[in-house]
Amino acid sequence: MKKDEQNDKKGISRRDMLAGLASLPVLGALGYGLFLHASERNKYKSGLLKGIKPVLPSGIPPLVDGPVLRLGVVGTGGRGMYIMKALGFVLPERIDEWKSRAATDKYWRDYLDEFMAQEQLNVRVTGVCDVFGKHAAEGMAAGSNLYRNGQSGEMADVPRRYLTYQELCASPDVDAVIVATPDHLHVPVALEAARNGKHVYCEKPLSWTVEETFEARKVVKDTGIVFQLGHQGRQTESYQVAKSLIEQDVIGKISLIEVCTNRNDPNGAWVYDIDPEANENSIDWKQFIGPAPWHDFSLERFFRWRCWWDYSTGLSGDLFTHEYDALNQILGLGIPHSAMASGGIYFYKDGRTVPDVLNMAFEYPERDLTLLYSATLSSEKNRGKSIMAHDAWMELDETLTVYLDRSSTRYKDQIEKGLLEPNKPIFSYVPGQDKIDAITTPTEKYFAGRGLLYTYRDGKAVDTTHLHLREWLNCIRLNNGTQPSCDIDQAFEEAITAHMGTISYHEKRRTFWDAVNERII
Amino acid sequence: MKYSKTGLVALVVLRLATGWHFFYEGMVKVLNPDWTSKAYLLDSGGFLKSMFEWMALNDSVLPVVDFLNAWGLTLIGLSLLLGIFCRAGALAGMLLLLFYYLSHPAFPGIEYLFPTDGSYFIINKTLVELFALFVIFAFPTAHIIGVERFWAAKNRRPE
Repeated sequence: MKKDEQNDKKGISRRDMLAGLASLPVLGALGYGLFLHASERNKYKSGLLKGIKPVLPSGIPPLVDGPVLRLGVVGTGGRGMYIMKALGFVLPERIDEWKSRAATDKYWRDYLDEFMAQEQLNVRVTGVCDVFGKHAAEGMAAGSNLYRNGQSGEMADVPRRYLTYQELCASPDVDAVIVATPDHLHVPVALEAARNGKHVYCEKPLSWTVEETFEARKVVKDTGIVFQLGHQGRQTESYQVAKSLIEQDVIGKISLIEVCTNRNDPNGAWVYDIDPEANENSIDWKQFIGPAPWHDFSLERFFRWRCWWDYSTGLSGDLFTHEYDALNQILGLGIPHSAMASGGIYFYKDGRTVPDVLNMAFEYPERDLTLLYSATLSSEKNRGKSIMAHDAWMELDETLTVYLDRSSTRYKDQIEKGLLEPNKPIFSYVPGQDKIDAITTPTEKYFAGRGLLYTYRDGKAVDTTHLHLREWLNCIRLNNGTQPSCDIDQAFEEAITAHMGTISYHEKRRTFWDAVNERII
Repeated sequence: MKYSKTGLVALVVLRLATGWHFFYEGMVKVLNPDWTSKAYLLDSGGFLKSMFEWMALNDSVLPVVDFLNAWGLTLIGLSLLLGIFCRAGALAGMLLLLFYYLSHPAFPGIEYLFPTDGSYFIINKTLVELFALFVIFAFPTAHIIGVERFWAAKNRRPE
């Protein structure tokens, strides 16, 4: 009897067996592939991540309980209105406009949903002050829109308009003041508020002159108010992760840092639109001039004030400070030993006095490092922050990527064993992804390079200005001396550093910081 | 259904190749505890973009999506490779691929952060693989080459 016939009696023939299990060798080959994949991956992971514990940002801090805080907003132009939005207040007609756009456009639907989902901060806007009547009226309308309705919806009490910031700061109806004026009025308004016992949220940069920087620090400390400088970058997730990596010496000794600002459109170069309703009757020009040198009424100067040193701090105070503050929070840089600046008005020959191209070098000999800043308002080439160190370099933006240096001492063994690949991204953090991981796939590398537009907390997109204001409000409510992350000491360091660069630019010489006598020489 | 020898070989090779792809994709995700579809879902385009973004941003939904994805791919791959519950596997695979396609449709005017490895207009590799699974579903081979043969063998022999 044939074998197959014998098997037939049992039900399954040898042929059936072979055909039934024909694909087992294929599974074996796949298993081998998976084994190789897993071991490569583990090699990569163990190469760098072993022993390093990156600190991921925690979720949105809960609101501290307390009575409703009554806010006064000085300056309800572009930035002032953005801050009010981050607090939850926008013009009713803006809500109508968003709703109408949302009906047909997904982007606006998301935009509206995100705003509506933003948590109420238990505040009221009780006072507004702006030298331009239209801006003041808009501030009042937005401030009364407590329930985030359109024009036909229910409104809360309309905030009172104060004609001068002195009156607003003296008002018993205001607990805390938000300063969103041009640069030259930051300190005068902030000090008026502090002297009246009001807490202060002041837009960056802290000051317009060196002298008032010292005065601001003294008054804020003497009065004991809660002060927060408006560097919302303090809330950026990737900076917090970068800080934890650097503290664990992941990239080694840092010798050079390069930060930049690049823009290439009239708005980015501060050539803002001039409101057709603005004129000498609707603007309190004298109050706008404040401590600045007198100049006859000029709509151009009023709306494009950033283009003149008379009211502005230029690229150094306006935009470099964003970069500096990011690094100061990550590295605790403090005030540099010296600064040297150059640049000029090379593109926007429109009568402005502040340069549109600026280069600055700050030396930190006690830290053995240099901080370089370069900016142009006529090229949009994207350049992130680069922190260069002996073992690796870090590219920082919304995302964070660490590239291993070929000549690293710390990772020499791993490089020689082929566990780590030099000059390649070995570590990345992308906001919105839950975990930190070594980069192992082309997709991850691509994402690390491009980044995502959203910043997440607990999986939700959050406005960093909202977080920054929230931190300030929480400190006020704690009422135990707690200061927010960008307090007056951080603001002082930021302002002095920017002024050193500005003075160097003006005087075409290197400036130095005399740390003992606390003065710029 | 009767197949020619060449036809049978072609169908089995197609089934094994598709199964290989599914199984490997699935196992790589299963073996990586940190893998998540979040970034991919956030990068969605097309008319279902908001649904996929909702999945990505919902803390209770995302782990389920990730689990179903990783294990779905693995089990579909296994069914095709071993030739067991093959038609069900092919159907499940088609459904999965339909979701992938709808999250990243190859429509003109939609740009993705994920790089593509070719140029596509409506038809892309996801859709072609979906059609391959349709062929595998329509022309089953697991009862000839595959574990399903054992059932087939039992059924064709009298007790």
